[in-house]
Amino acid sequence: MEKMIAQMNVLVNEEGYLTDFTQWNKEIGDELAGEHNIVLTTRHWEVIDYIQGEYKRESPLSIRKIGKSGVVDIKEFYALFPAGPLKTATKIAGVPKPASCI
Amino acid sequence: MKRLVILGAGTAGTTMANHLHHKLNRKEWEIDIIDERTEHHYQPGYLFLPFDIYQPADIVKSIKEFVPSDVHLITKKIDRIVAGENFIQMADGDTVPYDLLIIATGAKIAPEETEGMKGKEWYQSVFDFYTYEGALALRDKLRNWEGGNLVVHITEMPIKCPVAPLEFAFLADSFFRNKKMRDKVKITYVTPLSGAFTKPKSTAALEHLLHEKDIFIESDFAIAEVNNETKTIVDYGGKEIPFDLLVTVPTNKGDELMERSGLGDDLNYVATNKETLRSKNYANVFVIGDATDIPASKAGSVAHFEAEILTENILHFVNDESLTATFDGHANCFIETGNSKALLIDFNYTTEPVEGTFPFAGIGPLQLLKESRMNHWGKLAFRWIYWNVLLKGIAIPFVSSNMSTAGKKIN
Repeated sequence: MEKMIAQMNVLVNEEGYLTDFTQWNKEIGDELAGEHNIVLTTRHWEVIDYIQGEYKRESPLSIRKIGKSGVVDIKEFYALFPAGPLKTATKIAGVPKPASCI
Repeated sequence: MKRLVILGAGTAGTTMANHLHHKLNRKEWEIDIIDERTEHHYQPGYLFLPFDIYQPADIVKSIKEFVPSDVHLITKKIDRIVAGENFIQMADGDTVPYDLLIIATGAKIAPEETEGMKGKEWYQSVFDFYTYEGALALRDKLRNWEGGNLVVHITEMPIKCPVAPLEFAFLADSFFRNKKMRDKVKITYVTPLSGAFTKPKSTAALEHLLHEKDIFIESDFAIAEVNNETKTIVDYGGKEIPFDLLVTVPTNKGDELMERSGLGDDLNYVATNKETLRSKNYANVFVIGDATDIPASKAGSVAHFEAEILTENILHFVNDESLTATFDGHANCFIETGNSKALLIDFNYTTEPVEGTFPFAGIGPLQLLKESRMNHWGKLAFRWIYWNVLLKGIAIPFVSSNMSTAGKKIN
């Protein structure tokens, strides 16, 4: 389905995740963060960069992996993106929700 | 003579030995299987030990009994795999060279990954049921437990048999009802996932069942520590859940052997092509069962279906053909729901579990994603099938290695 975010019509799934990463830009990230009452700081953007990098390398994401990334530890990750940080951070980053497993 | 070496004589490794010992040309190929253990455990049976439904003798047999006599069983510890040079370094200094390697070393629990989990309450009020020792210790605890907060908990995904903790919660509900003490026990199901299961349709069905059985659910709980003093589990967000009895599924990891060999990821799983089951890094190394990093369930049924695909690809490989058999992620799991009923789910990489009939379209006799007694008898019958059919590499009648959509309500 289509959704208007930051004056852009983008494709999202039923949970609001972008389905086409190429449509993502920083303004969209800001607006999606706003929906979760988060104001993005430099620290947030460092984590988002990391998440997008892993997505581009087709490397699966997990909380454990982010904790070991050297970018952020798990405690700070929770502080930056409270309640379900991986789900929130991936949504803001415009990448699919991690299929944490089967 | 060329040599095929299988590492691990669990479900996947034993099944592969049974497939290949009569399918490979034995004038050209010797087959070795290496495992330091002597016992083969029917792991799905661990779920039933704590409730005295199965006894130890039901689930323990010798590895030897299931390895074909023309396959060389080596009961020794492996130090590491030297994949670049095609040999196995044994802990006692021996080396075992190979032309073709199958890694089937499985996964196991790593409670030490979580702060405080293996503290002073371990096997006092904190238990796992993913090991034989844990399941038996929990059985002894449950025999005399007087009630309180029972917390059934998953540490992080992936885990072996992702439905097992749900089954544990359901069986605990009926266990305490039968003991006429259900009113003394509050059962809480705590998961790092957003709901009861990983796929939407089964999550809805399973959450309905949890509700019906008065089992509370706490989702999105990423554990930071087990506090042995306050007897609580605490998550990174600061949420605390008190327990009198904590039944946890600790972090699962592949074998440390992968770390020593430089073949594993951060959880010691081996990078594997999810369709061909070949290692992503070495052309003559294949990986099967819980040892892989593929996005399929870590379950015996998956190992069984993979074994049929992998056997084809091994034969292609030795004949210098391209690996045309492809695995679709097929899993088929019974979910015990208590009171002699069970659900059955059947799914793959792309199709989530849906309602329907199995294995015969419109007939069943098994019902998909619905509780029935027949499904429960199916689950109990499965132990016989495991020992007598599955490990021997015999195909289960009417159940194909790739998933069938017949009889299913897709969408």
